Amino acid sequence: MKKHYGPFILLGVLIAFPLVVSDSYYRHLMILVLMWVAIGSGWNLIAGYTGQVSFGDAAFFGTGAYAAGLLTVKLGVSSWWGLGLGGLMAIAVAFPFGWVCFRLRGAYFALATLALNEVMRHIATIWESLTGGMVGVLITPSFVSKVPYYYIALAIAALSITTIHTVVNSRWGYYFISIREDQDTAESIGINTHYYKMISLCLAAFLTGLAGSLYMNYMGFIDPQVVFSLHDISIMAILVGIVGGVSTVYGPAMGAFIMVAVSEVFRTGGFGLLDSVAKATGQPWIIIVTNYIKEAHVLSFGLLVIIVILFLPNGVVGDWEKLKRSILSRRTIPT
Amino acid sequence: MAYFEVNNVFKRFGGVAAVNGLTLHVEQGQIFGLIGPNGSGKTTIFNLINGYFPVDKGAIFFEGKQISGLKTHQISRRGIGRTFQIVKPLKRMTTFENILTSAFLRTATRREAEDLAEETIDFCGLNPHREKLAQALPIASRKRLEIARALATKPKLLLLDETAAGLNPSELEEAVTLIKKVRDSGVTVIIVEHIMKVIMTISDRILAVNMGRAIVEGSPTEVASHPDVISAYLGEDYRAQG
Repeated sequence: MKKHYGPFILLGVLIAFPLVVSDSYYRHLMILVLMWVAIGSGWNLIAGYTGQVSFGDAAFFGTGAYAAGLLTVKLGVSSWWGLGLGGLMAIAVAFPFGWVCFRLRGAYFALATLALNEVMRHIATIWESLTGGMVGVLITPSFVSKVPYYYIALAIAALSITTIHTVVNSRWGYYFISIREDQDTAESIGINTHYYKMISLCLAAFLTGLAGSLYMNYMGFIDPQVVFSLHDISIMAILVGIVGGVSTVYGPAMGAFIMVAVSEVFRTGGFGLLDSVAKATGQPWIIIVTNYIKEAHVLSFGLLVIIVILFLPNGVVGDWEKLKRSILSRRTIPT
Repeated sequence: MAYFEVNNVFKRFGGVAAVNGLTLHVEQGQIFGLIGPNGSGKTTIFNLINGYFPVDKGAIFFEGKQISGLKTHQISRRGIGRTFQIVKPLKRMTTFENILTSAFLRTATRREAEDLAEETIDFCGLNPHREKLAQALPIASRKRLEIARALATKPKLLLLDETAAGLNPSELEEAVTLIKKVRDSGVTVIIVEHIMKVIMTISDRILAVNMGRAIVEGSPTEVASHPDVISAYLGEDYRAQG
């Protein structure tokens, strides 16, 4: 029973969050977490369930962001319309890409997604008359408060989780997994593998594009380096999926939370804790170490992934039982 | 025109003519055996029927319609199921999920698909392994799962590729019983098999192939005593004694 109520309790907590926490910094972090839930869910669908690993989620994220931004800048339409448009434009990129590149299998498909990422970044950089090139796109945010953004992000995250949940329990979900497990078998039992891979990719692209247009609306500024970033978006999406748990419904949610938290803890030196320690003691070496830790925050991703792969190969959610058992058994060890 | 017909089909891989002008006819309701030494092109024939490879020349007909040139999933939809010689289970799915996945092909809702999957599991005697992951099954059950997964697509013609290989004598008995049960349920069967005991007891007709060509077709006893078959298997020296 607990299993059935869990998500609703979580949703309740998340709805209450901005009412309880008024610090805009933590609200900001939670908006990022919710955005990553959507991106991670999209990645999980195409890579985790369907087995077509994508290294190029930023292509869909950036497309969504640019769709929303340019709609405002070029046509003067509210960038909130761009939420839907962002998702659709991401599909418009995903569709021809998948049509051609799903002939490739395994690592070769992954390489193609990597190329797509770079191609999109270069297009956004070079096509200055449309995108403004390296100058980027700047829009005036609609709200001063973070609360509206928070709820929109929550809605998108909830939509992503619901989509994954519905899809994996349906015919589509079984078809996706069968394609991951053995494409030849899938064909032999009458599954049009190309068609279903396209469906999976387009759904994933839609969710990622949606997150991209949310990012545009929320941040108010994008440029090609930020939204088409290989390591900040594409690789991060993979990490969110792996850390949380590949091909689990709630894995990306857990992964998003952990990844955003870990990256913030490192980036801010333990939320300023190391800084105050350094100041209080006045030891110069602590200040130097603190600066190194802050600058090396990307390194923390690498360490985290190594730890997860070594000890929780199915991710935090996938190995939840194992994690629980090891914590409990440690507690019962007699001293 | 026969129920199922392979008409003068050719397939080359580089310099090797794997199937070299093969023709065969199968009548509805038969168990049709395909025998031949290693490398004689039996599995290639299945891959051609199944659409895994395109044919170079010739055509394949099922129920009077050409199926060569269609994609694998379209051929499956027309009613031709197959198993793989080297079993290809959906490893990280349970036995039930494996069968459920293929049951979706002929059913409209998940409820119906589950019913069909239940039925198929019962039919194939896989109930004890229902919730096990396919990668955890012993070989005999994995071979059985191949058949079950193909049957859940409700095929009219079933291609069995060495489903008895690697089984012990008691498992062999069970496999033979299952294949006969499949035939009796109205499914036409084409079977490739090396174990003579199996193929001789269950086949209604047998075609012996060698070097991608048909040598002789007939009832099991006719084929077994045919001098060309004996020499294909045992070499020219045994020909005189046959």
